[in-house]
Amino acid sequence: MRRHTLSVLLQNKPGVLSRVTGLFSGRGFNIESLSVAPTIEKEVSCLTLVTTGDEAIVEQITKQLHKLIDVIKVTDMSEHEYVEREMALIRVKAESSTRAEVLRTIDIFRGKVVDVCPKSYSIEVTGSVSKVQAIIDILRPIGIQEIVRTGAVAMTRGHK
Amino acid sequence: MKITGAQALMKCLKEQNVNCIFGFPGGAVIDIYDELLKDQDITHVLVRHEQAAIHAADAYARVNGDVGVALVTSGPGATNTVTGIASAYLDSIPLVVFTGQVPTGLIGNDAFQEVDIVGITRPCTKHNYLVKDVKDLVPTIREAFHIARTGRPGPVLIDLPKDVAVGKINFPEMKPVKMRTYRPTYEPHPGQIEKACKAIIKAKKPVLYVGGGVIASKSSEELTELAHNLNIPVTMTLMGLGGFPGTDPLSMGMLGMHGTYFANMAVADCDMLIAVGARFDDRVTGKLSDFAPHAKIIHIDIDPSSISKNVQVDIPIVADCKYALAAMNNWFKTTSSIDMAKESATHEPWLNQIKDWKAKHPLGYVEETDIIKPQFVVQKLHELTNGDAIISTEVGQNQMWAAQFYHFNKPNNFLTSGGLGVMGYGLPAAIGAQMAAPDRTVIDVAGDGSIQMNIQELATAQQYHCPVKVAILNNNYLGMVRQWQELFYNKQYSATVLDVEPDFVKLAEAYGAVGLRATKPDEVEPVIKEALATDNTVIMDFVIKREEGVYPMVPAGKATTEMLLV
Ligand SMILES: Cc1ncc(C[n+]2csc(CCOP(=O)(O)OP(=O)(O)O)c2C)c(N)n1
Ligand SMILES: [Mg+2]
Repeated sequence: MRRHTLSVLLQNKPGVLSRVTGLFSGRGFNIESLSVAPTIEKEVSCLTLVTTGDEAIVEQITKQLHKLIDVIKVTDMSEHEYVEREMALIRVKAESSTRAEVLRTIDIFRGKVVDVCPKSYSIEVTGSVSKVQAIIDILRPIGIQEIVRTGAVAMTRGHK
Repeated sequence: MKITGAQALMKCLKEQNVNCIFGFPGGAVIDIYDELLKDQDITHVLVRHEQAAIHAADAYARVNGDVGVALVTSGPGATNTVTGIASAYLDSIPLVVFTGQVPTGLIGNDAFQEVDIVGITRPCTKHNYLVKDVKDLVPTIREAFHIARTGRPGPVLIDLPKDVAVGKINFPEMKPVKMRTYRPTYEPHPGQIEKACKAIIKAKKPVLYVGGGVIASKSSEELTELAHNLNIPVTMTLMGLGGFPGTDPLSMGMLGMHGTYFANMAVADCDMLIAVGARFDDRVTGKLSDFAPHAKIIHIDIDPSSISKNVQVDIPIVADCKYALAAMNNWFKTTSSIDMAKESATHEPWLNQIKDWKAKHPLGYVEETDIIKPQFVVQKLHELTNGDAIISTEVGQNQMWAAQFYHFNKPNNFLTSGGLGVMGYGLPAAIGAQMAAPDRTVIDVAGDGSIQMNIQELATAQQYHCPVKVAILNNNYLGMVRQWQELFYNKQYSATVLDVEPDFVKLAEAYGAVGLRATKPDEVEPVIKEALATDNTVIMDFVIKREEGVYPMVPAGKATTEMLLV
């Protein structure tokens, strides 16, 4: 069982996303995260999907995705060199006793404070999925009130 | 000149060479029906239930060798098609199904007779569409037919809001359909063909395992050539029956749960399994780890997702079976180092081994003189139709007896709901087949339970003068389920005894058809003869031995060598 990031180019048409998610639920594949948005071509969307499974399952997932008429291309990023990023918004308790520690942590992770309230900071952090997880783990003891994550997006590296 | 959406639909059907469609009207498609009435070239068959329209179109597609078409209204009309569509999807049958929809302005409002049929059928269609603008109608229909009939065929649904049928357009010129995302692979990779052929030459005990893909791709001839040239025994799945002649000495009949003893033994013992257009269904493989354990596996299929789905394959060939088999035949013919006569001879010991298995446990049943055996009925049907009829089936024991004892020699003579196993498929399918082949003998081998699921289609058969014959193997049971209860549930016949049943003879007569009954073995032949000589729909009610079982049988989850025998 291994984590795979799949990048799926889709025709930007109504119902396409439900074809993809329906495929996963109907065949019992799991989705860890999923994000979708238009690409440079306006008729094409890119969907980045993180799943886990053994090689045979991921091969099936890839083939089944290909079989959907609206799918243009499926890339299993694990077979390439690629960069992967996720963004999270985290609202963390920030009282006078913890404020400095929160700011220090954000700084180390190159996060940004995007909203300040009397008792909390909302911060934005971007990085690999493991980096985002790391800052969450560190902030948790201080008191996280809410987390919203985008799920991973990924891109293969340019040719050298 | 501008024409309406409904008129454009008619033109599109003609463009696609459609001359017979199956359907049932309603408010949302009333404009289309209005056009249909004016049209002389398209026969509309008014079924009595929308499920039947789909099964009939399914059988029509198989017999006619092209896309089947159905037309139904929105809401309940659309939902009634779902079983038929799912069956066609699992059996890879090309269909285009038109469903009416509420006007675009009402979509999403829970309007009267509104359902999200595109959402409902997403997982059981090859593709589906909601046409929201009449401008998209014609390109959508053309694309739908293209998708349905190419690659691995399948059903495509088009949802048509009422206002789209009346909206006006200029009819666009026909252009070849070009799709960015959909380009099935037809030609095999030459390297894979060579690899496969070389592996076949090395094999001492090869088996051809043939599925519905051979029938869909019309490649029986190429398959037969390969088997004959190299002397390779052939076994078929339920969907593959007729893909290779059932009476050929190399045929081992069907494999799997109710396959022959010798086919299952051969697969378990072979050193080379050549899967052609088959998908390693659980009814075929039984316990996966014991399926063809000694074999190198070649798998030819047009659908890459079928390959290595259930069983890891050694030599995959993604291609249309016809192209792949032709390429293999060509390789064997043109490779100078190959002496085909010599190759064939090396398989003699293997064929003798299979003969021994066959002699030990041939396909058979215990004959009785005072009570009708269902297998005997099927054998008589075979004999009295010279093996030349189109046989549709219902589901259950009747289906398996038809599969086992009517030795199909040609593709598409056997019409059955294989993947979904829909009780109620047989009668509408027989009607669809008869519409496609008016001069052929069409027989629905039925169970007393299943036939009641679409019995209303007797009216359709009458209306369109379809002289289909229904042979009910009447055991007063939901026999197949009863058989499982007998074997694995202590004979607790929970909900499988059909205590109340109609008098099928009178029922036939009530519809204006002919009803005949046989209760003794010596009545079987005269009843069949009379039915075949009757130019009308006939129900033959064969009162059979009630607790007869289908054998061989591989219990679910067991290895296919662990067969229960007669
Ligand atoms: C629509 C549907 N419902 C239930 C089943 C489950 N099922 C499979 S075979 C069978 C019994 C069929 O009885 P009958 O038509 O009398 O055929 P027999 O097995 O007795 O020949 C049933 C209930 C099914 N295949 N299809
Ligand atoms: Mg029965």
